[in-house]
Formats: sequence, structure tokens, C-alpha cells
Amino acid sequence: MENKLIILLVIILGAIAIAQLVRVYELSSKMRKSGEHEVNSRDNNLNGKMMLGFMFFQFLGFIYLMFKYGWTGRGVAASVQGQETDWLLNLNFVIVILIFFFTNFLLFYFAYKYVKKPGVPAFYYPHNNKLEMLWTVVPACVLAVIIILGLKSWNNLTSLSKDDAIRVELFSEQFKWTARYAGQDNILGKYDYKLTSDNNELALMTSNTIDSSIRIMIEGPSGIKSIQKVLNKRDTILSDSITGVLKSNLSRRERLLRLLVQMKNNHSKSLDKNAWDDIIQKDTLVLCKGKEYEFNFRSKDVIHSAFFLHFRAQINTVPGMTTRTKFKPIYTTEEMRKLQKNPKFNYILMCNKICGGAHYKMNMIIVVKSESQYKAWMASKAKETFKDKYFPIPVAEATTPAAADTTMKVVNN
Amino acid sequence: MASIAHEGHGHEHHGDHHHEETFVSKYIFTHDHKMIGKQFLITAVFMGIIAMMLSILFRIQLAYPGESSDFLSFFLGEKWAPNGVLKEDMYLGLVTIHGTIMVFFLLTGGLSGTFSNILIPLQLGARDMASGFLNMLSYWFFFLSSLLMTVSLFVESGPAMAGWTIYPPLSALPQAVSGSGLGMTLWLFSMAIFIAGSLIGSLNYIVTVINLRTTGMTMTRMPLTIWAFFVTAILGVLSFPVLLSAALLLIMDRLAGTSFYLSDIIVGGEMLANHGGSPLLFQHLFWFLGHPEVYIVLLPALGLSSEIIATNARKPIFGYKAMIGSILAIGFLSFIVWGHHMFITGMNPFLGSVFVFTTLLIAIPSAVKVFNYLTTLWKGSLILTPAMLFAIGLVSTFITGGVTGIILADSALDIAIHDTYFVVAHFHIVMGMSAVFGMFGGVYHWFPKMYGRMMNTRLGYAHFWITIIGAYGVFFPMHFVGLAGAPRRYYDYSVYNEFNQNSYDMIMDLNLIITGFAIFAALGQLLFLFNFFYSIYRGPKAPQNPWNSNTLEWTTPVEHVHGNWPGALPTVHRWPYDYSKPGADQDFIPQTVPLADGEEEH
Repeated sequence: MENKLIILLVIILGAIAIAQLVRVYELSSKMRKSGEHEVNSRDNNLNGKMMLGFMFFQFLGFIYLMFKYGWTGRGVAASVQGQETDWLLNLNFVIVILIFFFTNFLLFYFAYKYVKKPGVPAFYYPHNNKLEMLWTVVPACVLAVIIILGLKSWNNLTSLSKDDAIRVELFSEQFKWTARYAGQDNILGKYDYKLTSDNNELALMTSNTIDSSIRIMIEGPSGIKSIQKVLNKRDTILSDSITGVLKSNLSRRERLLRLLVQMKNNHSKSLDKNAWDDIIQKDTLVLCKGKEYEFNFRSKDVIHSAFFLHFRAQINTVPGMTTRTKFKPIYTTEEMRKLQKNPKFNYILMCNKICGGAHYKMNMIIVVKSESQYKAWMASKAKETFKDKYFPIPVAEATTPAAADTTMKVVNN
Repeated sequence: MASIAHEGHGHEHHGDHHHEETFVSKYIFTHDHKMIGKQFLITAVFMGIIAMMLSILFRIQLAYPGESSDFLSFFLGEKWAPNGVLKEDMYLGLVTIHGTIMVFFLLTGGLSGTFSNILIPLQLGARDMASGFLNMLSYWFFFLSSLLMTVSLFVESGPAMAGWTIYPPLSALPQAVSGSGLGMTLWLFSMAIFIAGSLIGSLNYIVTVINLRTTGMTMTRMPLTIWAFFVTAILGVLSFPVLLSAALLLIMDRLAGTSFYLSDIIVGGEMLANHGGSPLLFQHLFWFLGHPEVYIVLLPALGLSSEIIATNARKPIFGYKAMIGSILAIGFLSFIVWGHHMFITGMNPFLGSVFVFTTLLIAIPSAVKVFNYLTTLWKGSLILTPAMLFAIGLVSTFITGGVTGIILADSALDIAIHDTYFVVAHFHIVMGMSAVFGMFGGVYHWFPKMYGRMMNTRLGYAHFWITIIGAYGVFFPMHFVGLAGAPRRYYDYSVYNEFNQNSYDMIMDLNLIITGFAIFAALGQLLFLFNFFYSIYRGPKAPQNPWNSNTLEWTTPVEHVHGNWPGALPTVHRWPYDYSKPGADQDFIPQTVPLADGEEEH
């Protein structure tokens, strides 16, 4: 309510100001003897002073914002990599803030100081090679420092992780994140988007999932056979547009099927175990303090961006390719809550690339645990591997139509 | 020349019988560069008003998320703002079209289109552009594309919603967001037409600058405005075709089922067969235009301000040759820095480090320009006309926005702030505000040349102070929103409630301030609009050379004539910056005045 009043006030004041100015406009154009092009010395001096006044508004506003809001939103960096970034960021900030104050001061001070005064001509000064050399060389030197330090950090931040880094994959889709831990072997199983199905949302590649996908492509509810059935019905006449859509769907599925069969022929069964022991985690991403993480990223539909605000890490997720980043958390969630003096604080993974209407809701809470807590949590997940989820009740394997037994059929075909 | 003479001839004979046709050929399908420049300006002003309105609409949502607003329901209706609450999709649509119109239609078409047209022939001493017909065509392409872009706002499925950078796959898949249907198609066709028009215009500018300079107007006697327009036109010719190809490939992906940008996608439960394309390809193509585009927007503004500052400081621009060198260096470097938009897109980090290097190099010519402006002001005799105020404002925003560029160009730091409001604040100040200030300065300064009348100075002052206070009031706090990590293009920041209430409160505080200043600045533009349109018809008559300026356009009569100069073309004897030259009678010596005995050229 209060805010609405402010807006209303701004509008009313604006309207009054305009009305007043129109009056001034009309009066002044009547009163003026000289033309509009001749700025009188009163106006000139007034604007010169306002230039100086504006400089104070600008500087004080900046300092106020800096002290009030400076770093509050980010807090301390929560990863080793983030500490390096923050150090460099602060250094760069010092440099650019100094430049900002220095040059803006000169600008507004000159605008005030050298306002036209009667009888004082301007100083004819077309060029000076020494001065120009000075402000080519000095910025170049400052930039050299910035570039060298920046590239050094960039190399550290983007180099590959050590072999013992924990491997986690983050899978993005409109509008959620899913994490996949590499399991006991610390190797992420292979995947292919064509294997996506209701019980294999991350499209992991095993002999079983390939077979199942081939079956769905042929016999599923919108599979090749069912489309052919509709197209071949002799007792119904379809409109051209529907036939067109069906035909293009059919040819697309036939192409996908060919690729799936190819995949089946090339797939080595020995790779299955890498995927079976992976652990899929939907609600929160749990990390361990002091361990380096190697993250891989995938996207199901459009480009998203994995933005780890507090760890100062970010990378886009791109359909059709895998991207990566790494970081090593250094504070548990509990420790960070104490540092931030905020008992409700959480780490978060946000989406930071426009991805559709609910883009702003796409996020995942991150929990960083101490090593002992993390181990306990991992142990609790031991029976929730991809294999456990894919074959829910081992004894019922033969009776569920989902997996093994239909696989046999397709293979026999 | 021949065509102009012919037209004049036709006019005499048929004027009485075909009065409408005369009106049409004078005001609508005109070949006259001055009229075409004004057409560009007025069209751009209208597009600018639309884009500014859109920004106010989404600023209201950001300051009062989820609250009912009569303002929103008034402009967007029940469909896009049911009960006065903005729809998520439309929020993205508003942001997208705001960006597109501002960057392409206001600051490219409006700025370079207006002032290149008006000033190139006038400041070079030419009768008109090299090809009046192509020039006309360039405007009508621009008009058609503006119309299409505006129409796309009224499409049932909404305008394009993928951000002004329209990254596929989002922009390629109607299943992903509603605006990627007809709205996106219109966007692409509008831009394709825009690019065609811009190319024709740019080629015309280049040919005119190279071929139609009057006697004595050597390249190193050209005003810096012309240098800026010349380099801008070259940038446009080299980079816009790349955007056209990016758009064409996207049109193919959308309409012909190709896979240039699409690979391994499941959207809306549907498995697409596209394989082998790369979304990164689009980003490379897009930014190959996109970065030079920043300078296509900025260089004309810098050129205009050089001229305005020298004239009103009554001093030669300091380091004329260094200024030309800087323009050329910026133009060249702008082609090899596009990758700095892609540090975190999955592009190879080594490639990223090359782009860090090239990008930070741009800071050197930029610094040279800033210090040269400062030295020009130093010991000047400043006449603070509204145009001069805007030019000084431009230098300020160019610095303030430029220094944060140093941080964003550093890939290691970009990781932490990429796509946050820090970036939004940076490019709005350095590109948006600087270019807008340059444009306003240009309008105030050359209004007497365009319309033969003067704008009101006092209203101009009020307009300047409101605009600069508004600009800093909006974009200073926005840096801090960005440092708090707030991602751009978020409909609201309720997610912050889940993890950090303190940050949420801070973002909401700042968003309120920003929206307040944005509305304040937007209202300030009413002063300009009033002043502009009122003065066109009722402003006091302008003298021939109101600012005591040296350049050739002020030697033409106030009343526009075909061919610009009634008699022979003027001859140039000196550079355009002989202000307050010791030994001269006046504090300015027009370019047409021969060197006195024993006088040295600068």
C-alpha cells in the first residue's frame, strides 16, 4: 500500500512538473529576447554547478549502496574455487572503482570549473603525443596485470579434476534438476536420449534399457505398430493434415528405431554395471565437505544453466553435448548458517539461462554434510541404485511386463 | 545529380495536377537524405516509446511480484494479465521485445539510420547519398520490419519469448514456450527484413563517404562523426549478414526439419529425431554479429558526442588522429571478441582464454577516448547546451559502464556473475545509456538543421537531469542486485525465500528503488516528446549556424533545398576543429575559410 502511494506520488509530481514546465516554456519563449541557441551565463553556471552536485549524488549513492548492500547477498565463498574467484573479484573491484572515481571526478569537475567565463578564451590544445602515449601505456600495463591474473585463475578453475574426484551428473529439463551419483565404482554409466522412458528418465544405457526402448518404439502406445494400424484402417478416412502428421511421426520413429538397433549391436554388456550402480537423487543434491566434485551436465530439452551461486560455479547445460565443472565445498550447510548468522540459510542450485515460463522456479536445494554424515547418508542410499529402482521387486521380475521377459521377445524377433 | 535535376524538372510541370503525388514523393517515398533521416528518427522514437512502455510493465512486476496492477491489466488485458497479475510467459515476451526493439530498432535503426543519413552528405559537402533510391528502400525495409515486430506483440500465442538473443532450442521449439510459435516466426522475418534494410543503408553510407567528399575534404579533415558512421557502416556490412545466416538456419530448423541447432531433444514428452546439430553454433553466429552490434550502437554516439563536445567546449577535440585510431581499433577488435559472451556455455576453456585477451584489449582504445574527452574539456570555455550536457553524460556512462566490462571480460570472474543483473546493469549503462545520451545530444544539437527551428533549452535541461538521475538511479542499484546473484529474466525472486531470506529482502528493496527511478525517468521522456513535437511546428526559427560550429552542414540554408547547397558545393580548406585558434578574429573558423597567410593547419 505504502509503495503504491509512492508510485502515485511520483506520477502526480511528474504531472505537476510537466504542467509547470509547459508554463515556464511558454513564458520564457515570450520573455526571451535572444534565441534558444544562446545559453545565458546564469543557465550555464547553474548547470555547471549541477554537474558538480550530480557528481556528489553519484559518488555518495555508490558509497551508500556499497556499504549497505556490498557483499551481503553473496556471503563468503563456499568452495576452494570460489575463494580464488572472490579474491580476484575484489582485486578487480578495487582497480575499477578507483578508475571510476578518478575519471568521473575529472569529468564533472572540469564541466563545473571550465564553464564559459566572459573574457576567458578556451585554450587551443589540439594534441600532445606524450600525453596520448601515457594514457595508452598505463591502461595497457594495468590490463596486463588483470589479464595475467585472470587467465591464471581461469586455468585453475577449468582444468580437469583429479582422478579421485567424486563424479556427479546433473540432469536438467523444464523445470527441474535431477542428480546422478556415480555409485561404488565412481564411474557414471553411459546414456543416450533415445532410451528415455517412464522408468528410465535419465536414459541410462544398459542392455535391458536398450531392449525395452526398442520394444516401446515398436509396440508402445504410440509406437510404430499402433501408428501403422491407424494409417491402414480401411473404414476411416483421415484428413490430409492428420495423415501428414502421422506419416511424419511414423518415419521419425522408424529412424529412431534404426538407431536403437544400431546401438544395441554396438553396446557392450560389460558397461552395464557402470550404470546399474548409479544413484539417482531427485529432491536435494547432497555433497561432502572437503571433497572435490567433478560435475557433468546434460539437458533434456533446451539450454539451462547450472548456477551454484555460493560456490561461484556456473556452466550451461546443452542438449546434445555434455558440459562439466568442478568445485570443492569447504563449509557444511550448518557451518555456513553460522557464518551467515541465518539459521534458515541453504545452498542452492538455480537455473540461470532462460528456459521457458517457469524458468524462475527451476532450482534444487544443496546440502553440504560433514564426511561422517555424508558417509551415513550414502550408506542409506545403498539399496536405491538404478538397478534397484529399475527392477523394483526382484522376485516379480518374470511377471512384470516391464523388463526382462519382453526383452527376450524383441531379441527373438 | 542527374536524378535530382530530373525530379526538380518533373515537379515544375506536374506540381499542380498531381498534388498528392508531390506529397508522396516529398514526405513518403522520398529520395532526399534529410527527409529519410527524419523518417528514421520519428519511426525510432515511436519504437522507443513502445520498448520503454514494455520495460515499465515488467518493472512493475519485478517491484510488486504477484500483486494486482490496474496498469498491467489496462495494457495487457485479461489474457496476459488476468486480474492484473502478469503471466509468466508474457513476462519473458516483454523482456524479449524490449531488448530487441531497443538494440535494433531504436539504437541501430534510430541512431545510425537518422544521423548517418542527415549528417554524412551535409558534413561531407555532397548533394545527397550515393543512391537516393537505395536509401529510400533502406528506410522502407526498416519501417516494414518495425511494423512486423510491433504486430508480433498482438499474436495470440504471444511474441517471441526466448530473450533478445533467441538462443535455440528454446526459440526453435513451440512446445518449449508459447512465444516460439508464430511470435518467433514474425521475429525472425522482421529481423531478416531489418538486416536487408540495414545492409543497403550501410553500403550506401560507405560509398558516399568514399566517393562524394567535396573538394578539399580529405579523409583526415572529416569530422569524427563521419569517421564513426563510416566505421559503423563497415561493421554492419561485415557482421549483419552473419546474423541473417543464423536466422535463416533457425528458420530452416523450425520450418524445414533440419538439425543445425538441434540435437538429442525430448520436449513436451516427444522424442525428436534431430541429431548432430549444436546450439553453440547459433551462439557463435549470433555473437559474431552481437558484439560488433554493441559498437554499431555505440560508435555513432561517440562520434556525435565528439562533435558536440568540441563545438561547445570551443576547443579542438584533443588528439583527433588518436580518436580516429581508437575508432578503427575498436571496430577491428570488436570482431574478435564475441566469445566473451560464451565463457560458460561449454565452449572450450582455451578458446575462452583467447577471448579474454582480445576483449580486454578493447579497454585501451576506450581509455584513450575517455582521456581525450577529458582533455578536451580541460581549460575549455564550456557552453552547457542540452546537447553538451547529454554528451558529458555520455562520457560518464561510458566510463561507469565500461569499467564493469573489465570484470565481465575476465572469464574467471564471469563464471560467478554471468547472466546475473550485474550484466544487465553493465550493458544498459555502457551501451544503452551511452547510446541514448548520444542520440538525445544529437537530436538537440542538429534539430535546427533538421527542422529549421530550435528546441526549448530549459525543457532540454529538465529532460537531461531527469534522464541522468533516472539512469543512475536504475542501474547503480542493479549492479548490487546482480552481486547478490539474482539471475536475469526471472519472473520473481521468490526462490530466494527458500534459501536466503536476507538476500530476498535486499533484492526486493532494490527492485522497488529501481522501478521507482525507471518510472521517474520514463515520465521525464514526456518532456522530450513534448519539446520535440511542439518545436517541430512552433519552435522559434533557427539561425543558420546556431552553435557557431565549423562543419559544413551549417553553411547550408535553413530552409531545406534539394542538393543541399543552392549554388556550387563548398570547398574545404581546413580540419573541422579550429575553435579558439590563437590569432583568429572569432572563436571558430568554418572549414570553408581558406588558411590565412602564414597560418598552419593544426
